[in-house]
Amino acid sequence: MSNIPSQKRSISVTVNGTTYYRDVAARTLLVHFLRENLNLTGTHFGCDTGHCGSCTVIANGKLIKSCMMLAIQADGFTIETVEGLANPDGSLSPIQQAFSDNHALQCGFCTPGIMLASKYLLQHNPQPTEEEIRRGIKGNLCRCTGYVNIVRAIQGLAAETVQKGDLVK
Amino acid sequence: MSTLVTDQKTEATRWTGKNVPRKEDERLVKGQGRFADDIRRHNEAHVYLLRSPYGHARIRSIDVTAANNSPGVICTLTGEEVAVLQKPFMEIAPPPGGLMEDYCLAVGKVHFMGEPVVAILAETEELARDAADLVDIEYDPLPAVVDGEAALQSDAPLVHEEAGTNVVWHGVYDWGDIQGAVSRADKVVKIDRLHFHRFTSTPIECNAAVVEYYPGSGEYTFWCNNTMPQFAAMFMGPALGIPTDRLHFVTQDIGGSFGNKITTYVYLTICAILAKKSGRPVKWTEYRTDHILGGSHGNERTFRNIVVPVMADGTILGISATAIDDAGAFPRYEPLGSVIWSQVVPNVYRFRDVKIDFTQVVTNKCPVGPNRGYSRLQHMWMVERIVDIVAHELHLDPIEVRKKNYIQPEQMPYETPNGCVYDSGDYPRCLDLALELIDYPKWRERQIMALGSGKIIGIGIGSTLDSGTNNFGQARIINPQLPFSGNGEVSNVKLDLYGEVVVTIGTTPQGQGHETTAAQVVSDILGIDPDHVRVLIGHDNARNVYTGFSGTYASQFAVTGLGAVQGAAEKLRREIVQLAAGVLQADESEIELRDGSAFVRGQEQRTIPFIGLANIVFANNATMPAGLDVSLNCTYTYRPPFSVPDVERKFGNLTLTYATQIHACVLEVDAQTGHTTILDYAAVDDSGRLIHPQIVEGQVHGAAGLGIGGALYEALEYDEEGQLLTSNFYSYKAVTAVDVPMMKTAAIESPSPFSPNGAKGMGEGGGAPLHAICSALQDVMRQTSGAIITDSFNPSERVYWLMQDTTKGREGVSVEERA
Ligand code: FES
Ligand code: FES
Repeated sequence: MSNIPSQKRSISVTVNGTTYYRDVAARTLLVHFLRENLNLTGTHFGCDTGHCGSCTVIANGKLIKSCMMLAIQADGFTIETVEGLANPDGSLSPIQQAFSDNHALQCGFCTPGIMLASKYLLQHNPQPTEEEIRRGIKGNLCRCTGYVNIVRAIQGLAAETVQKGDLVK
Repeated sequence: MSTLVTDQKTEATRWTGKNVPRKEDERLVKGQGRFADDIRRHNEAHVYLLRSPYGHARIRSIDVTAANNSPGVICTLTGEEVAVLQKPFMEIAPPPGGLMEDYCLAVGKVHFMGEPVVAILAETEELARDAADLVDIEYDPLPAVVDGEAALQSDAPLVHEEAGTNVVWHGVYDWGDIQGAVSRADKVVKIDRLHFHRFTSTPIECNAAVVEYYPGSGEYTFWCNNTMPQFAAMFMGPALGIPTDRLHFVTQDIGGSFGNKITTYVYLTICAILAKKSGRPVKWTEYRTDHILGGSHGNERTFRNIVVPVMADGTILGISATAIDDAGAFPRYEPLGSVIWSQVVPNVYRFRDVKIDFTQVVTNKCPVGPNRGYSRLQHMWMVERIVDIVAHELHLDPIEVRKKNYIQPEQMPYETPNGCVYDSGDYPRCLDLALELIDYPKWRERQIMALGSGKIIGIGIGSTLDSGTNNFGQARIINPQLPFSGNGEVSNVKLDLYGEVVVTIGTTPQGQGHETTAAQVVSDILGIDPDHVRVLIGHDNARNVYTGFSGTYASQFAVTGLGAVQGAAEKLRREIVQLAAGVLQADESEIELRDGSAFVRGQEQRTIPFIGLANIVFANNATMPAGLDVSLNCTYTYRPPFSVPDVERKFGNLTLTYATQIHACVLEVDAQTGHTTILDYAAVDDSGRLIHPQIVEGQVHGAAGLGIGGALYEALEYDEEGQLLTSNFYSYKAVTAVDVPMMKTAAIESPSPFSPNGAKGMGEGGGAPLHAICSALQDVMRQTSGAIITDSFNPSERVYWLMQDTTKGREGVSVEERA
């Protein structure tokens, strides 16, 4: 196997239910692969140290920062990005609706990552306390909202989950 | 007073004032927003900027040969070429600041760490970065100056030799009679030094652009996220030696700015030169580290020799102080900050005698630019510190001192000592509401109960104004030659070919929901659901209307933007009514608009939908009722009622509206570590008439979040060589969800008598959390060492140190008893 970072390797990745076969440079970060090769520009790129969380996706069931992983490391992975959140008919999923209803987004740049982090949090802890919510999205920076309405949106979703069963599958 | 004539009051507003769903949200929550880095052009090439590792150094040589031969490299650009291809950017300052030469790449020497030195254009971003490793640059490091006061020393290194000084601008502001106030006073409180630190709102989306040059027309297109494009054009046109109308800016979704994306013209110029040189569309996306190193920082300001004449009961008579503002290496938007603070000279207080000796300097640090609360928050922080220190030194209750000194609601509109007219507001009521929200008496009890527990509770207040809608005439106080005054925004509202209602505005929203609020205003005027109003996104000076003031900054959209939208929609309404009256053969007074149709009042069958009216004008105009001249395409420019300030006296109304923000903070400090935890937080705002309460509250949250970050976590710290120690999110601790509390909010509405809709611009906030947190920490010190909070940045170490030190922590503060 080649060590040349610009050398291409073949990978297959399933993103939001579609499997893509691509040749990609060994050094390409997953975030750039999603954005540039697959044109899934809803996953954003906001820092170079893995702190901002705007590149957050769910990969093989784990919440990851796609700037902290090479595309070739994701070979064979199943990935969910913001583009996969909506219902099949295109209507907003509960998480998207909750973010909109609670004005949990302003510029919307951090939003895809924070929605995925919220989804992951609620999947693993359907009834989080405020503190657990805050810890759950601590890896995602938002400069617009002061996090207030983001926490509210997640709290609202958690409350709804009790009433309506599993909202975040 | 307003130049807008509201002739047609529609029935009580159906949409304005309500929390209608945001039009922006659907695309953003689906990941379908179009941000600058999402734009692709065929055959685009990628820029990498190699930046200075030094704070101050002469460039001895640059060798780009190997880089040029590196795989995939299209071309490189160095300062040597730039000095030929670009004229230095215009400066706003007269000399000496006006003599400082600013190019898009370092020419001859580097002035700050992170200054771009070489640009490399390659087929991919990675290849450009690879080539950058092959650039050979020899530097001769020079001593750096990293402190505003040090920059004024006669032996200080010069950041710009060509100016012969580090001073950008100096002026004395003197209103009332400070000497008289000192002689009248019972006591004079003196504070040697207060320091407002450097931090940045650093939006999550960094700067980015795709730039294309068309040789046929000489036009450049910038798909970018600059938030004041015509300001950028004013700098770039002359610098590139081309008419500014060849600069075509397109903005769409913007991932936050907080003012930080105003001065990106420097980077856009690099891209423009490369686009022309290479004949390729040029794509540039900044890295976070580059953004923090070389984007734009908030102003750092040191206040010296503060003298505060007061009466024994805590009435403050005035303030005199020397202010030294550190602009970083190049003035750029500066020295506007040297006057913009004077929009809020007395903050919310009644004192009338003020003298501020203001100097702005350059240092070997990243250039500053507008940063949420720009220039006013530094000044209001000083005023708020003074109020707390006066209370502390006179053993008075800081809340009572505030109330005693507040401008009272019955004094509105209130003319400040420098001629600004506070339009409306009720500060005591806002404060009472904030105290109620935190349950103030409860916390005072708990504070006593906590004594001796190792946790010290502090309660603090931050009272601020968010001055909005600048009178750009204030720039003349800096430089009387500048041809600027007033302000304004323009909007076009039209019926399109098939009757669609389409709105364009010159603004560059970054999360403030302009599409939504503009639609609300239009909906009420045209009797149509906001879902059926299409507001085109962003600024586009080839497609949309714009003015020289267009953009999104300085808390003004609700006034200027919506003022323009309202004017244009009312014009369109008049045309629709005229046309419908002609077609339906009714009197204009009988026509009403509802659900996208015009009706003759009370006769449901006499009606024509907008599509029918559009058809007549655009595709069937032989059927136009005789004598009518309508276009259904209406543009209106809102112009606020300003006059040019008196430059000599530095006097005049500098902004149109003054929103209020009063915050109350309860925090707890761990005596062992100095660690601060916020226990309760309330923000009360008065933004006049609310167009969309939820959006306004969101802005309040956001400004509070960034302010809390600035107060406790976020600082841009340089070492003495000009190395930025906090250049990425490892070291620059941007505030996270666990650092901010669930703040409580309340709003009152004191309509502005001056704005077209009673609203006040808001969003920047006045840095109230910095003031409130410092105030609460002062309350902590009252119970411990008696130290004085003299810095706006108070991380655990500093708080800990201040709690220990009973002597040094009080140095520099004294009270002089007068006979
Ligand atoms: S871009 Fe991945 S964490 Fe910032
Ligand atoms: S909504 Fe703008 S960064 Fe979160």
